[in-house]
Order: sequence, then C-alpha cells, then structure tokens
Amino acid sequence: MSSNWVEVCAADDIDEEDVIRFDHQGRTFAVYRSPDDEYFATDGLCTHEQIHLADGLVMDDIIECPKHNGRFNYKTGQAKGAPVCVNLRTYPVKVEAGSVFIAIS
Amino acid sequence: MTTVPTKRDYSLLGRDAEMAVASGLAAAEWYHTEIPRKQMKELMKREDGPAVRDTVIWLGSMVLFGGLGIYFWDTWFAVPFFLAYGVLYGSASDSRWHECGHGTAFKTMWMNDAVYQIACFMIMRNPVTWRWSHTRHHTDTVIVGRDPEIAVMRPPDLLRLVLNFFGVIDVWYAVIDMVRNGFGVISAAEKTFIPEMERRKAILVARTWLAIYVATIGLSIYLGSILPLMLIGLPRLYGAWHHVLTGLLQHGGLADNVTDHRLNSRTVHMNPVSRFIYWNMNYHVEHHMFPMVPYHALPKLHEMIKHDLPAANRSILNGYREMIPAFVRQLRNEDYFLKRELPPTAKPYREEFHSEPVAAE
Repeated sequence: MSSNWVEVCAADDIDEEDVIRFDHQGRTFAVYRSPDDEYFATDGLCTHEQIHLADGLVMDDIIECPKHNGRFNYKTGQAKGAPVCVNLRTYPVKVEAGSVFIAIS
Repeated sequence: MTTVPTKRDYSLLGRDAEMAVASGLAAAEWYHTEIPRKQMKELMKREDGPAVRDTVIWLGSMVLFGGLGIYFWDTWFAVPFFLAYGVLYGSASDSRWHECGHGTAFKTMWMNDAVYQIACFMIMRNPVTWRWSHTRHHTDTVIVGRDPEIAVMRPPDLLRLVLNFFGVIDVWYAVIDMVRNGFGVISAAEKTFIPEMERRKAILVARTWLAIYVATIGLSIYLGSILPLMLIGLPRLYGAWHHVLTGLLQHGGLADNVTDHRLNSRTVHMNPVSRFIYWNMNYHVEHHMFPMVPYHALPKLHEMIKHDLPAANRSILNGYREMIPAFVRQLRNEDYFLKRELPPTAKPYREEFHSEPVAAE
C-alpha cells in the first residue's frame, strides 16, 4: 500500500506531552509530541465511541480519551483496557525542516 | 412481579431504547463549556497525593471505628462506632468506586484499580458490569432506555427511594445479580453494554464474592454472633443512607432525554464531611461535562465555568427542597421536570434540540 507524506503543522505547534487534531481529506488524526520530544500519529477517534482523542490527556506514552477515560499507548496504538478493547491505528511520522509530516496510506 | 406500564420505557431493550437510537439521542454530541486547552490540561493533570491521603484517612478510619465497635460490642457504646464505620463502608465506597472507575483519582493506575476493587466489593457492584454500565451512563446520561443508572425513574417510586436509604432494594438486586452471575449467567440487558470478552471476568468476580459472603455467614453462625456480618455485608445496608442522600441530587427531578448536562445534572454545595465521603461528586454538572478532571480539581473547575452553569444549590437541604416537590408533581404528571435557569453570562440551551422537554416545564 502506498503512503503519502502529508504536512501537519510546525513542530512547535504541538506542546510537549500533548496532542493536536489533524483533519485531512475527510479523515481525522491525532498527532502527539511525547515528553521525549518525539512525534507520533494515530487515528483521531477513540475506537470505543468515536470521540476525538485530541481533547484527551497525554501522560507519558498514554493518551486518555476525554469521554470515558479509555487509554491507549499512542506509540503502538495498543488499547490498555476497558472501556477500550480495539487498538488504534498508528501512522509513521517524520519531522523535516521544522515541520511534522505523517504518512497516510 | 407485575409492572405498571408508564409512558417511559426504561428497559435497555425496549421501545424508548430503540427510539433514542433512531432519533440520534443515543451517543449524541453533548454541550461543553469552552475552556482553553492549556487550562484544561492543568485541570486534568493527575497526581497521587490527594487520593493517597484520602484513602489512608478512609481505610484508617474504618479500622479505627470498626475496632472500637468490636471492642465495645454488646454495649450501646458500639453504636456510634458502627454508624461511622457503616457510612465509610456503605457510602464512601460509592464515590471511591466511581472515581477510581474513571481512573482519575490516582495518577498510578494500579492504585486506581486496587481501590476500585475494594470499593466495588463494599458497594456490591460487580466491577466489570458497573464499569461498563457507568460508561453508558456517561455516553447517554438520563436518556430513557439507554442509561442503566437512572436512580429515579418517572413516575418516581417513593417507597423504593425510602427503602434504598437503607440499601434494601439495591442490595436485593445486587444479591440476585451476584448469584446469577455466579452461576455463569449474564442477563440480556447486561449483554447490551458488557462486551463478550469481559463477561468471564464478571462471572469470576461474582463467584469470588459469593465465597466471601458464604464464609462470613458461616463464621457468624459458628461464633453465634452477627458481628462478622456487621463488619462485612451489613454495612452496605445500615451505612447506605449518605450515598443515597447525596446521589439522588445528581439528576433527581431534572430533565431527561436532553444532550446538555446543565439541564439534567445538579451541582450542590455541601459541608466538608459530606464532600469527603462523596469525593466532590457534588460538582456533578462539572463531572459529567469533563469526566477527565479528577475529584480534587472539581472545585477549581466549578469556579472556572460557573458563569456558564445554572446556579448551584446552596446545600443538601436546599437541593431536597427543590427536588422532593418535583418528585411529588411527577407522580401526577411524569413529564414535569425542573428546568435549570441559566445566568445571563451563559450560552443558552440549544432549544432546537431541547424544545420538547423545555415546553414540558
């Protein structure tokens, strides 16, 4: 499957240990900046009830959904327990020339 | 048991459940007060300190009061100690179950999980079943046919309310559910909100609890004393009154089938002792709007958004003076509800979504 690198934002637009929402061609993504200053991307909606994860809380490598507190590891997409049971899809991320890009297949 | 048909069908498999899905009331988008992301992150921030302190006080007090109750057993001096022990067991467990179920009380997840399991046992709520039912309660708060945790259905059953101050109805159904789950049966209603992969856990917990209760009853018989049951099990009855007293205020007498927590939830200012037992769930509009905010940050959240909320009730008594007459009126007209007035600084209710219930005032 081919991937397109899509520019999301300037690297500084995302605070450390935080997340932003990125909408592209009818799809929504969550793009994260970890406490270690690394960037990650997942699908933007919680797999439990389709809530935007970008309104949630980033704690270390965990994103917590704002509606029911379901937790995922945003680096791997792994669901960490009830009420989320289905993993998040993750996307490759790169930072070039001060901008964040994600690879959307 | 015979049931009297009402206009509202609260069954999770019934007519109103289907209507809520068809009309878009189920899993709808709810109103939120705007809070800048930076401030929201501060509010959501987790820490262990407040909950560790409160848990040490909570469980430490139980050991102290329970110990003094045992020491003074067979004398009247034991009564006040068991009354205090009972409230900590049968009421404080309600808020601990709730807050730790959200995973917000402690920063450290195992602490949330440990206190959640202990509190679930005390309040007699299966930790698996109730985690999922509460998830639904937050998705579809007071949506008839969708919310499994509507405490006061319309028209209100006042006898049931009174009996529940002593845990009678809740414990009756909790025991039935525990025995049924213990025999490996998950009900059709439970299946609507518990995923298949979680059901075995619910059954395992029910069997474990049954074993504990059987052992406690056996010990009481062996000793020829009710004392073991006064410490395990019965406090869910004689200590339940405080969690019912505060819990009824959460949504009682307010609107149903709306998508704005300002219309269906109530914030009540309370005394510090009740707030400790209740873990600040008196800030209930705030909790429902922003369930990720830990209990210890709710007063700060309230100050931040109160311009957008109906005025909080001044006290528990003030709340009951408003709620009880509404219950009485709902006996004659179950469509009656209290419409919360917003201050001039608030964003108005979305009348296009709420025109029908608002008209029922």
